[in-house]
Amino acid sequence: MSGLWHGKILMLMVVLTVSRHSLAFQARNANPSNQPGTNASTGNGTENTITTLPIVTWKWHHTEGPYLVALWVLVSWICKLVFQLNPALTNVFPESGLLICIGWVLGGIIYGADKVQTFRLQPFTFFYYLLPPIVLDAGYSMPNKQFMGNLGAILVHAVIGTVWNAASLGLGLWGCWLGGAMGHLNTGLLQLLLFGSLIAAVDPVAVIAVFEEVHVNEVLYIIVFGESLLNDGVTVVLFNVFDAFVSLGGPAINAVEIIKGIISFFVVAFGGSLVGIAFGILISLLTRLTKKTPTIEPGFIFVFGYLSYLTAEFLSLSAILSCTFCGVFCQKYVNTNMSEKSVNTVRTTMKVFANGSETVIFVFLGISAIDPSIWVWNTGFILLTLLFIFVFRFMGVFVLTWILNQYRLVPLGLIEQLVMGYGGLRGAVAYGLVFLLDENKYKEKNLMISTTLLVVYFTVMLQGITMKPLVNWLKVKRATTDEAMLAEKIMNRTFDHMLVAIEDISGQIGHNYLWDKWHNFEEKWLFRILMNPTARKSRDYIFNIFHQLNLKDAMSYVQEGERRGSLAFVRNDSKADVDFNKQFDTDFTDMPDIMGPDHIPVPFVLRDSVPSVSLNMHEQDQKMRESEDFNAHHLLQQHLYKGRKQRHTYSRKQPVVNRDEDEVQEIFQRTMRSRLESFKSAKMGVAQPKKITKHSKKDQTEKMSNGKPADDSKIHSYGDEDFEFSEGDSAGDAAGGSFPMAAYKGGAGIVNPAYMAEMDSNEPMPPMPQIPPWLAEAGEDSSNVAPSQRAQLRLPWTPTNLRRLAPLRLSTHSNDSFLLADSPATQEGTEPQPPLPLQDGRGRGTHM
Amino acid sequence: MGASQSARTEHEFKDLADRTGFSLEQINNLNKRFRQLSSNKETLSREDLASIPDLDNNPIRLQIINAFFDKRNLSQSEVGIVQEIGFEEFLMVLTHFQPAAMDITEDNREKLRRTKLRFLFNMHDTDGNGIITLEEYRQAVEELLSKAGTIAPETVKAIADAAMLDVASTTRGKMEPDEFYEGITFEHFLQILKTLDIETTMHVRFLNLDTANMRCGK
Repeated sequence: MSGLWHGKILMLMVVLTVSRHSLAFQARNANPSNQPGTNASTGNGTENTITTLPIVTWKWHHTEGPYLVALWVLVSWICKLVFQLNPALTNVFPESGLLICIGWVLGGIIYGADKVQTFRLQPFTFFYYLLPPIVLDAGYSMPNKQFMGNLGAILVHAVIGTVWNAASLGLGLWGCWLGGAMGHLNTGLLQLLLFGSLIAAVDPVAVIAVFEEVHVNEVLYIIVFGESLLNDGVTVVLFNVFDAFVSLGGPAINAVEIIKGIISFFVVAFGGSLVGIAFGILISLLTRLTKKTPTIEPGFIFVFGYLSYLTAEFLSLSAILSCTFCGVFCQKYVNTNMSEKSVNTVRTTMKVFANGSETVIFVFLGISAIDPSIWVWNTGFILLTLLFIFVFRFMGVFVLTWILNQYRLVPLGLIEQLVMGYGGLRGAVAYGLVFLLDENKYKEKNLMISTTLLVVYFTVMLQGITMKPLVNWLKVKRATTDEAMLAEKIMNRTFDHMLVAIEDISGQIGHNYLWDKWHNFEEKWLFRILMNPTARKSRDYIFNIFHQLNLKDAMSYVQEGERRGSLAFVRNDSKADVDFNKQFDTDFTDMPDIMGPDHIPVPFVLRDSVPSVSLNMHEQDQKMRESEDFNAHHLLQQHLYKGRKQRHTYSRKQPVVNRDEDEVQEIFQRTMRSRLESFKSAKMGVAQPKKITKHSKKDQTEKMSNGKPADDSKIHSYGDEDFEFSEGDSAGDAAGGSFPMAAYKGGAGIVNPAYMAEMDSNEPMPPMPQIPPWLAEAGEDSSNVAPSQRAQLRLPWTPTNLRRLAPLRLSTHSNDSFLLADSPATQEGTEPQPPLPLQDGRGRGTHM
Repeated sequence: MGASQSARTEHEFKDLADRTGFSLEQINNLNKRFRQLSSNKETLSREDLASIPDLDNNPIRLQIINAFFDKRNLSQSEVGIVQEIGFEEFLMVLTHFQPAAMDITEDNREKLRRTKLRFLFNMHDTDGNGIITLEEYRQAVEELLSKAGTIAPETVKAIADAAMLDVASTTRGKMEPDEFYEGITFEHFLQILKTLDIETTMHVRFLNLDTANMRCGK
């Protein structure tokens, strides 16, 4: 452990040294008199005038700016990396706090080297480069429904709460200033109100950083998070208004100006939101057309997201709101227009940018502090600010929530209110704003800066660190981090519809009603306009989850295949099939040869597009082992799919290793059954070898009716409980058989000709004794065969035979089994495999 | 309505208010709505509910309507369906959608949760045998997705099956190979929906305000 730790420190130091050098360069750069181009000469020897072609030249100055930026990002990320390698550390301290600490250290190093703080978070950098990604990401990953559902509460807290915070702090400080608590300060009511407004807003960066680690419940999270996002808009507006007031001077402010200020507030806020939505619409329209150029899709989101920010900014509207709403819009409508790859790209890139910005911001917040020139200490002012911020925040939250609770159906409890109040973290936005102040107008700018920094440190560090213990101690309801289950999602959807229906029936116009009406409108108009037609199709929420699950299955299937060697290996290892099939060529020569060669190159199989509908690896698997012929594929797909779906028992998909055996069995049995169906009957001289395909529904039902007794007797004769293991499977098969699809089942028997043609030529017939168990089993399983026949077939072989064969079967077929897809942990046939199920009838009985 | 009759209904409503937890205003409003739906008759039939225009777009409207006529939702013990319901039954069903009181105890909250989930469960368990079988579940999912329009029936089935598998694997944990999952029991239902905050989300705002005339709905 200590070695690791040392390694990390070493790495950090290396990075620091590197950046230190670059910093030094920059510092010298700042006063050009210091360095008369020494760097240029050191790099490339003595050639000052070009006499020959220089092979390489030293061009530090060309690259300096971008180089430093890149280095800073690198340093910040490495810091983050180092923290994340120490869970013990991050469990106690929030990451944001740690980054600030690192910032202090780095700042100390820089200051120690240069004797002046050369790096400082410039408001321009902050507002134009660092903030937009965070805001866009916040909007993009906003849980829409909760946001809308709690919009009232969020707006009340964001608007009224922020105004209250600003006003109360400004007035409180003003009162204390008049009372003389701060000694002599060159300030006034308006300036203090301005200060109040810039520091009033809860900071989204800090809040996200802290709350994401805490996992409070959704409602609480969305209220705090939504508030922090929206109130930035508010605080910027307030800031501008008060800044203008200060410029106007006290006497010039009359009622008209104040009303103008209020109007401007609404214009700025709503205007900003509208700009964002307009850009969102633009992106949707554009991404409708990007089908052929998927590579630029993600770019559109970023460029337009950024443009929405800049546009709002130059229109002096709220850029943060604009960017937020653009992100919300993208998430909802644009995502569906883009290919899955692009969506993933956007998601990842967004996180990378946002996370990077956030990290850099916190580091710079720390660095900025190591600069004596900004520190002005005024005990009264600073302590009172801290106190007021804390106290008024709580007062505001309690009062506003109390009012809201009069109208909320699910009131916010005291605990939630405490967390909301405590979650009032201030952050970089306040810092950026305070740096924007004009030193000539605000004589106490430095005091404000120091106070802001201290407030940020206090809230981010102290409150951030104590947030987790507080949440634990108060037993705040946490968010469940379980992975969403499909069943649950379906239930949620049902639930939503139910609420709407009840509102409709009971004649209430409630939230659900409006939400539903909005949905209908969306469905009718917005989707049509904004989404491309194919996107509309795959939009369904539940379908998407299903699709995701299937993809996951498919991936684990492939992984499993690879773990066992290669899929190709797996593919070709199906000797058993071959053996059985080849003997029956003569019987089936009249069958249409719809199957291609057995051996398909794996890549081909993988490339094969599988409709997301049935990602049950089943079909894919089926294709793999049998054919790439299109018709055949279709046939099989239908057949197998049906069979699978008809399963009424569920014994797979558990995170248990053992479980896979029966899955393997199932697959084997399924495929073998279809393949050997006709084979068996032919071999045994039993009726209907070639007519399998014509098996009618009637046959099925007949069998079902008498299946049970026959099966029972069989079970007894074997006296082996193992036989029951896949009861459900056979049940499913039986049911499948009872479908019109039965024809397909029989059709699978067609496979044989292909095999035999191939096999017969180069291999002798396998010894008879080996074959029968397979055949018998397949026959047994097949619901197409009458019980009596099956009973006949069974007789010659003993259970022990079956048992012996089972492992063989497993090893040869398990890799092919589609079911493996669901269970990466599939085991080889290490345990004795129970023979295939005999009890079709039983299974049928259970589900019927 | 005569004075005596209104006095009687007044009394009845008070009684109902005590039993159902609705306020008098709410009951009055709901009664208005009831009469509106039933065209001023004493009882409400399926057709009355089915003809609400707003419900047209609701994929699960049949399930919802059935829930109103399901004896399990009206009284605790019986199973089966009724053809028509009176106002009292109508209210009984709607009580499932009352929000939890602010100062509810933990025990009551759990009870409330179970009642609400039971309602949801009953909606799926159409034959009332206490188990949502695959058939029933498929049916429900099919209805649920029917308005999505673009999903093929096979997909719907597959989704239902996958969801059922999900349930089976989470509720049973490790299953023996010969185990048979016959369907979702209520206990399993509770288990899979443990993350659904139903006691705080399954509610409708029953306004005290008369909204009957504000809507164009029947």
